[in-house]
Amino acid sequence: MSANAAAAKKQKPLKRHPSKLKKMSAYAILAIILISILAVLFAFPLYWIITGSFKTGAAINSTTPVWWPDKWVLTNYQKLFAGKSAPLWQLAVPFGSHFSADGEPIYFLVGPTVPAAIRWMVNTVFMAVMSMILTCITAAMAGYALAKKRFVGRKLLFTLIVCAMALPKQVILIPLLREMSSLNLYNTIWAVIFPIVGWPFGVFLMKQFSEGIPTEMLEAARIDGASEARTFVKIVLPMVKPGIGALAIFTFINSWNDYFMQLIMLSSTSNLTISLGIAKLQAENSTDFGLIMAGAALAAVPIIIIFLIFQKYFTKGIAMGAVKG
Amino acid sequence: MKKTLQSKGLVIFLAAKTAIKEPKRSSALVRRETFASYCFLLPSLIFFLGFVIYPMVLCVVTSFFDSTMNRADVFVGLANYKELFTDPIFLGALKNTIIIVVVSVPITCIFSLWVSSAIVDLPEWATSLFRCVFYLPVVTGSVAVTVVWKWMYNNYYGIFNYLGKTLGIIDKNINWLGDERFALGCIILILLTTSVGQPIVLYVSALGNVDQSIVEAAEVDGANDFQCFWKIKWPAIMPTTLYILVITTINSFQCFALIQLLTSGGPNHSTDTIMYYIYYTAFKLYRYGYGNAMGVVLAVIIAILSAVQFKLGNQDN
Repeated sequence: MSANAAAAKKQKPLKRHPSKLKKMSAYAILAIILISILAVLFAFPLYWIITGSFKTGAAINSTTPVWWPDKWVLTNYQKLFAGKSAPLWQLAVPFGSHFSADGEPIYFLVGPTVPAAIRWMVNTVFMAVMSMILTCITAAMAGYALAKKRFVGRKLLFTLIVCAMALPKQVILIPLLREMSSLNLYNTIWAVIFPIVGWPFGVFLMKQFSEGIPTEMLEAARIDGASEARTFVKIVLPMVKPGIGALAIFTFINSWNDYFMQLIMLSSTSNLTISLGIAKLQAENSTDFGLIMAGAALAAVPIIIIFLIFQKYFTKGIAMGAVKG
Repeated sequence: MKKTLQSKGLVIFLAAKTAIKEPKRSSALVRRETFASYCFLLPSLIFFLGFVIYPMVLCVVTSFFDSTMNRADVFVGLANYKELFTDPIFLGALKNTIIIVVVSVPITCIFSLWVSSAIVDLPEWATSLFRCVFYLPVVTGSVAVTVVWKWMYNNYYGIFNYLGKTLGIIDKNINWLGDERFALGCIILILLTTSVGQPIVLYVSALGNVDQSIVEAAEVDGANDFQCFWKIKWPAIMPTTLYILVITTINSFQCFALIQLLTSGGPNHSTDTIMYYIYYTAFKLYRYGYGNAMGVVLAVIIAILSAVQFKLGNQDN
């Protein structure tokens, strides 16, 4: 079934004859008008975030909405970046030969400090990039093995992957928290990254893409004496490149926005991500909408730009993941 | 539940058996390929087993214990599950979750199918533009989306109260999120805007893959647009519809960020969902065992629903 679907994918959808477009019925035109209006409404919250972040306090707190800011100000961003400072990175330097009561050496922490918002941004980018790289590497390897190799336990593993994917991810968060604390990873970025990498969607997606590799090519490589590793790097990787692209952008965006996991795993100010940071801002200054919108814009705009640049890969990845084998 | 687990185990066992029988090759070759395969699988398996499967098992196990911070777990058998079904807050949360699912899943599916079938025949750039716009709320991220909606719903400065008064629908400001009658509806509205993006992408792709020659043949034979859709396209996109039903159901069950940031389950537990109550029990009350029992119940509900949806969908074919 998946082979059929993959073949269907390769066929470019037939272009409609130009005359077809002119022949649109009254219903179709009405539907498009209605959908355009709805599309504007869908884009409105984003517009409201961005314009809101540049509005003056008076414009934000006016009971008559200011549809277009008459005065663009940066005060909200200044406030955001003037917030609490956090260390950008830290080195633990032993404090001479001093020891604490229980014999541990005393460290003091040195390193540059930056506004907390910048630190959150750095954390978020680091988290998303690391999740993306690790997911792509592990999923490309595992997907290839699952699609193209016959080995003991293959069916069992695949069943496990599909079952795990159908379950709600959040259910495992409580045991995951305890596992992370016992591994001493609680309140580190890695506690967020590892479960994202472990989530089997990537393996599933890469398996779908790897099905398309012709088996004859792999056999030819084997006959020519290429090692497994060489076959993977020289033949498999170039052929599944579009899949890796889709998975990379998919993982990047999803981990950027995975609020629940971050909320559970991260606690100290210097370890927060940008999503958590805004949630914190919101909890602390619940009525300063200008400041909150500036934070929201900081979180949303970069990821939207990335989405718009790579949206072709992204939509392909979503569609491909849906084609169940 | 035990029975389904057993039969599932049996299926997996049988599946594994047939997989071994499949190739007629020497055992040395099979062993060599198995070894190579596991080398490829190893990095992924470490993360998958360590951070997905192990916590899942732990979740089920801990649900039979009275478990909290800084204390050894005490085995309590089914007590957590018994307590669940007499806990009014849990039952209320279950009711709210079901309301959210029952309202949002059909609307999401029908709305996204309608939008997709209208935009799929447009020129490429227009399809792409619409698809992007409807996907925007998903990419924006739940926190950014939630905080802007919180502002729009605000009692004094919110845009909804302004519009309502200007259009004469309401005569005085309504505290949308602070009012038991409206809070859940407001949350469902936000949930809808953030959940149609993915189905639209899927439907556009599925409708684009429907064999145009069959559609054209039907048109030549005098089928109208409705017949074309119902007789040709609808059966062709059935697998996509099923997949969308399943993922939308799962997503609606997991509605969390909206609740946590907007209402914290209030006012008077009128917006509690299971997911939020799990969070509250585990991370505010530190009752891990009880929270895990809820997690297991939620997972079972979702598993049953997905199975039912697949059964129904396959019968139609």
